[in-house]
Amino acid sequence: MHITSAVRTPLVSGGKTYADVTEDVCRQVEGKPTREWTIAFTISALVLVYGSACVFYTWWEGLGVWGLNKTVGWAWDITNFVWWVGIGHAGTLISAILLLFRQKWRTSVNRAAEAMTIFAVVCAAMFIFMHMGRPWMAYWALPLPNTFGSLWVNFKSPLVWDVFAISTYFTVSLVFWYMGLVPDLATIRDRARSKVSRYIYGALSLGWNGSAKTWARYEYMSLILAGISTPLVLSVHTIVSMDFATSVIPGWHTTIFPPYFVAGAIFSGFAMVQNLMLIIRVVFKLEDYITTEHIESMNKIITLTGSIVGVAYITEFFIAWYSGSEFESYAFINRASGPYWWAYWAMMTCNVISPQLFWSKTIRTSVVWTFVLSVVVNIGMWFERFVIIVTSLHRDYLPSSWAMFHPTLFDISDYIFSFGLFFTLFLLFAKFLPVVNMAEVKAIIKSSSEKLPQSVSGVAKGERVTNPTFNKNVD
Amino acid sequence: MEQVTKRYWKGVEELRNDATYVKHAQSEFVEPSANDLQSIFDGSNAPRRDFLKTIGFGMAAVSLAACETPVHKAIPYLNKPEGTFPSISDYYASTYTDGGEYASILVETREGRPIKIEGNPLSSVTKGGTTARVQAAVLSLYDIDKLKGAKRGGNDITWETADKEITNQLAAIAAKGGAIRLVTSTIISPSTKAVIADFAAKYPTVRHIMYDANSVSGIMQANQLSFGRPVVPSYDFSKAKTIVSIGADFLGTWIAPLNYMKDYAKTRKIGAVGGGNKQMSRHYQFETILSMTGSNADYRGTYKPSQEGLVVASLYNKVAAKLGAAPISAPAVTIQYLDKAAADLIASRGRSLVVAGSNDPNVQVVVNALNNLLGSYTSTINLAVAVNTRQGNDQQMNAFVNELKAGQVQGVMFFAANPVYDHPRGAEIAQALAKVPLSIYFGDRADETGSLTKYITPTPHFLECWNDAEPVTGHYSLTQPAITHIFKTRQMQTSLLTWAGLPNDYQEYVKRQWKANQFPKATGFASFDAFWIKALHDGVFEPTAMPAPVAASFAGDVATAGNAIAQRYKPTTGMEVALYEKVGIGTGSQANNPWLQEFPDPVSKACWDNYAAVSQKTAADLGVEQSEMVSIDVAGKTVELPVLIQPGQADQTVAVAIGYGRTKSGRCSDGVGQNVYPLASLAGGFVSMSAVNATVAKRSGRHEIAQTQTHETVMGRKAVLQEGILARYQKNPREGRYEPEVETSKGPVHATDITLWHGYGKPNHSWGMVIDLNSCIGCGACVVGCISENNTPTVGREEVLARREMHWMRIDRYYSSDAEPEKMGAIAGYKALEVASANPEVTFQPMLCQHCSNAPCETVCPVLATTHSTEGLNQMTYNRCIGTRYCANNCPYKVRRFNWFKYHDEDKFDYQFNNDLGKMVINPDVTVRSRGVIEKCSFCVQRIQEGKLTAKKERRRPLPDEIQSACAQACPTDAIIFGDMNNPESTISKVLSTELNERAFHVLEEINVRPQIAYLTKIRNKDEGPKQESTQETVS
Repeated sequence: MHITSAVRTPLVSGGKTYADVTEDVCRQVEGKPTREWTIAFTISALVLVYGSACVFYTWWEGLGVWGLNKTVGWAWDITNFVWWVGIGHAGTLISAILLLFRQKWRTSVNRAAEAMTIFAVVCAAMFIFMHMGRPWMAYWALPLPNTFGSLWVNFKSPLVWDVFAISTYFTVSLVFWYMGLVPDLATIRDRARSKVSRYIYGALSLGWNGSAKTWARYEYMSLILAGISTPLVLSVHTIVSMDFATSVIPGWHTTIFPPYFVAGAIFSGFAMVQNLMLIIRVVFKLEDYITTEHIESMNKIITLTGSIVGVAYITEFFIAWYSGSEFESYAFINRASGPYWWAYWAMMTCNVISPQLFWSKTIRTSVVWTFVLSVVVNIGMWFERFVIIVTSLHRDYLPSSWAMFHPTLFDISDYIFSFGLFFTLFLLFAKFLPVVNMAEVKAIIKSSSEKLPQSVSGVAKGERVTNPTFNKNVD
Repeated sequence: MEQVTKRYWKGVEELRNDATYVKHAQSEFVEPSANDLQSIFDGSNAPRRDFLKTIGFGMAAVSLAACETPVHKAIPYLNKPEGTFPSISDYYASTYTDGGEYASILVETREGRPIKIEGNPLSSVTKGGTTARVQAAVLSLYDIDKLKGAKRGGNDITWETADKEITNQLAAIAAKGGAIRLVTSTIISPSTKAVIADFAAKYPTVRHIMYDANSVSGIMQANQLSFGRPVVPSYDFSKAKTIVSIGADFLGTWIAPLNYMKDYAKTRKIGAVGGGNKQMSRHYQFETILSMTGSNADYRGTYKPSQEGLVVASLYNKVAAKLGAAPISAPAVTIQYLDKAAADLIASRGRSLVVAGSNDPNVQVVVNALNNLLGSYTSTINLAVAVNTRQGNDQQMNAFVNELKAGQVQGVMFFAANPVYDHPRGAEIAQALAKVPLSIYFGDRADETGSLTKYITPTPHFLECWNDAEPVTGHYSLTQPAITHIFKTRQMQTSLLTWAGLPNDYQEYVKRQWKANQFPKATGFASFDAFWIKALHDGVFEPTAMPAPVAASFAGDVATAGNAIAQRYKPTTGMEVALYEKVGIGTGSQANNPWLQEFPDPVSKACWDNYAAVSQKTAADLGVEQSEMVSIDVAGKTVELPVLIQPGQADQTVAVAIGYGRTKSGRCSDGVGQNVYPLASLAGGFVSMSAVNATVAKRSGRHEIAQTQTHETVMGRKAVLQEGILARYQKNPREGRYEPEVETSKGPVHATDITLWHGYGKPNHSWGMVIDLNSCIGCGACVVGCISENNTPTVGREEVLARREMHWMRIDRYYSSDAEPEKMGAIAGYKALEVASANPEVTFQPMLCQHCSNAPCETVCPVLATTHSTEGLNQMTYNRCIGTRYCANNCPYKVRRFNWFKYHDEDKFDYQFNNDLGKMVINPDVTVRSRGVIEKCSFCVQRIQEGKLTAKKERRRPLPDEIQSACAQACPTDAIIFGDMNNPESTISKVLSTELNERAFHVLEEINVRPQIAYLTKIRNKDEGPKQESTQETVS
């Protein structure tokens, strides 16, 4: 048990009891879908259906339905891929690095953030498949034993590194998230009234029995997985950045990319976590668990990473001038003043200027400001990838091949598809799984080392949805 | 002695000597007993396994039998033709003719179908060169829109019916003395002319009229006036030291470019490729449009069409003043570099050449007088050797149209001519044709003229024909069919002979003609058959060397011509229209050829359209931007076209290409662009391809012009393009070279000396290429040659607009810029560098896969679909490609092409790969790529492989220069040198041994990808560097 000063503000407000936590979180899982949820789910499902049709058409006709050309071979596809992968990073950072740093406030948000990570990586993976000319041959990028002769993958290619990085990341994140879910799934199993729920949640909770031994193993495993995940937070986007950094294209061939991409990833990831959390806390009435404290902490991280990204942008310009390479210089002058100047300045405004507003306490503790600025940051980070990919490619070495990229309906629709997919998955998660880690939140209800207040124990104050067989007469 | 005889056993049974083993020891297969077999089939005593086997076989057999057997249309030879081996190409010498165009060619055929055309090096006329149109001609053979049989009024009829009806009508008309006219484009075939004479003998009212859509009738008339010979003389550019061209695009479209290209290039080759030569011809070009020829000029000035005659007259007066001849009375015009041109012409007297594109005989008389003053008729112009490829007579054609309109013609026949489309009075011809009782069309399709005639008796493509040709006096050439007739077509000659009631075997006819006319000139042949076989084999017969030019006495009346010029060429204030011919589409006769439609214009890089080209200043004056519509109004005739901003064009002029706006030509050409032949006019009976006092006005709407290159300047990048001027080159052969250095602790070192890579060995061959920017004239024969060799798909206008053309070989064209970025700051400087000069210097740079030794594409492919060979090739394995396009992104030269769609058997791409006939052009040695994979130049690896195998079979090394890539072979100026850099005897090794220290540079050397392709610096024969050159030095 850690010793925490009594003067600290509690991480969970509203004087919640353990039973309240269970009750508040399980209410969404056990109750009927709310109206808000139904509307949101219908919209995302419709978007998903429309997007799937467009993705199918892209796959059926060929990538010519996109706006790419002989000069710009990647545009929205890889922009979207990097953007989604980047978003995922906040989840891992919260669950792994903040766990290791014993940042207790993470407990209220880590479940949803990890879910976001997994769904974001799924969306990113969609673009990996989508951008291929022959996606049905995608498995060739895996080092599988085969009958094609001595064919193997090219270990020199950053795309192969990507395959390993993304698949490892996805696997570890999924395991970490699922393992964290197990105690909560067991709670829901125990409270479940219908046979079907009991069976499903029973199967999902892997026979959790709540014994001290189980809890101990749970803690060990969390720590080990956090240890495995921590390097991944840094390595995945480092490797993604190498897709560009190891190339010869001016504007891509840059050694600053790994730290710059990692910072950018955490930056956009936290912005996305803010967006999702702010909605969840209102819709699911979890204001006592996701407090202003949380919002403020995350805004501070956004400001820090946003500033790192800003410094990186300026450093790139300095190096372009300092290198004396005419191609490098032109690439950066072209970014700021060429035909895609608007994308560059959109990126600069959204990513460098807007997070600086969080220096003001009023703004960083304001729900509305936070929500708006988080959206702005995510737009900015999308533009950052667009700027890096498209404005570097569209005017590279030989002026004869310089060309413009114009998105088509299918570039846009295939991006919309990923939103449909993400929100459909996230809403399913929010409905059928506990969005807040009940077990871990209960551990921080008593935030200081004071004597346990009377109010912590005792039955829940609110109306009960179910009639649990377990934990009935706690006092 | 050691015991070496060991014993091995086949199995334990043998060791044990089992009874069963002994029993079956001698039989290879053990027969199952009858009982066993029986039990399998009736199942009486079958073990479970056998039962299952039988059931399994039964099921498989039943389900297989239910499938329809696939029908394979490829049928093996029942009786293999002698000399034809499946998968081995046969080459036949033949002759390409299309109207007045000529090339001696070799036709590559595969299993009886022509798939590629190469130049015939035995010809001293075309010298083994080809043009884009010659390369593309093979595809016109497989045009699905061609007629498949004879027609009467749009209905199919049999040839017997056609012959009967036509013969009867001809006889009836001739009996009444009714006029019969045979209208053709230039005919260079002596035998065809003999057939026409025979036909005219049978029907005495027949008269033969020749006209050309791109007429040089004025030159013939001028030579008649000046020398009493109505011919086009031979021009020998190889002897010229100063070349002045006034509106003659002699490398692209004027008279016979193929005859001139190689000679011209000879005077531009310096250093190792020029045999150590350090002298160049100096080329002045004065013109309205920026032509391909003008792009190659050292000095270039512009004039408006209304000044054309005055430019010639002024030049004459300037030269005459120095040489003491009488001036002519025409007002002087001020044109940049005209004085300099006059001075150079005089200085190089006896080695000068003036050519003019004008079709005005008065202008050409002055040009003749000028050449006469300069002594060109004893050196660079040969009147004794006439060029026959333009014989069209504008006056005769004009008289014919009048006759036709007056209803005086009873029968008319058209052959290789489409005057309704391509004559200025086409509309009048169309109207009058309806009144002619008998009209016959010899052509391959019911086109603008054909659809208006009573009968169409379709003629085959030249690759299906027998014929001969005399392109220049005393040089003969044979056409032999490379494939049997694809459709029910018949040669015009056969038809005429049939209708004349003569034996109609034209092959025999040609043979008889040659026996009578050519055989007597030949020496050293035992029999005519031996001569004939040799002539067919060689494709050409050139009995005597070309006679040297002898002094001709000039008898022209320069003063009268001068007065006529002063009369006709008056200053104007309005807009003027110049019509020109494009290097690809030409007069429009091959317009339905998708390769030519998608072939980017060498200068504007536009394809699939014609457009109104205007200079930057004129565009600003008119208030129009690129792709906005304008209307051009000339004497009541209006066309609407999109604007293309063309640097280097004369201000206050608008230029439009002929050959577009076909309406009845086929799926690839109908509705592409606008027909501007009606804007041409007749001046004194001669077709004039320009118009003054035109009204050009902005119209609403846009029509995007598909260009394969949209950025015009090289942005001062010396790592891309290295150029210099001759005066400095002569002092320092490294003139114009740019060698970036990197600072290290040990001082500056060459950028390529620092590397992370160990490199690959190239122990056997090292295939490489040298491209001489000085002799590349930008003609694009290599582009179409590559398309033809490598089955490159045609993608159409929409896809070119999306910047997705699939050409593996492209020619980058850069204009110079007047910008002075050092005075402007970085941002403004770069913006200024994007703007081309008003009269820019132009550089052509062929660009293809550079086969980098440190290839950036190879390291990034996740699946090893692109790899390096031990012979220096960057290889692409289509089967393995999953289409991530990372290689294309990481290619600094942007030469990799992605298959965005399935381009074959796809109605969206209704070109050659969408029908079985068109697919006959496919080269079976090269895979047709599937959707979703990357493709690129392979250095014609199929040719390398074939060459190596041939050498191996003959137990020798490949000879130096034995293996040629398609682009190198197609190049008419030998600007592309391909070969094995490991073989010291190969041309490329010899060139590089000196030039690596002088002119040879690698594009983007400093990124150290180590290409296998080296370029030789572009050297212009200028006195001093232009302004922008000094600019570029400071920028880089």
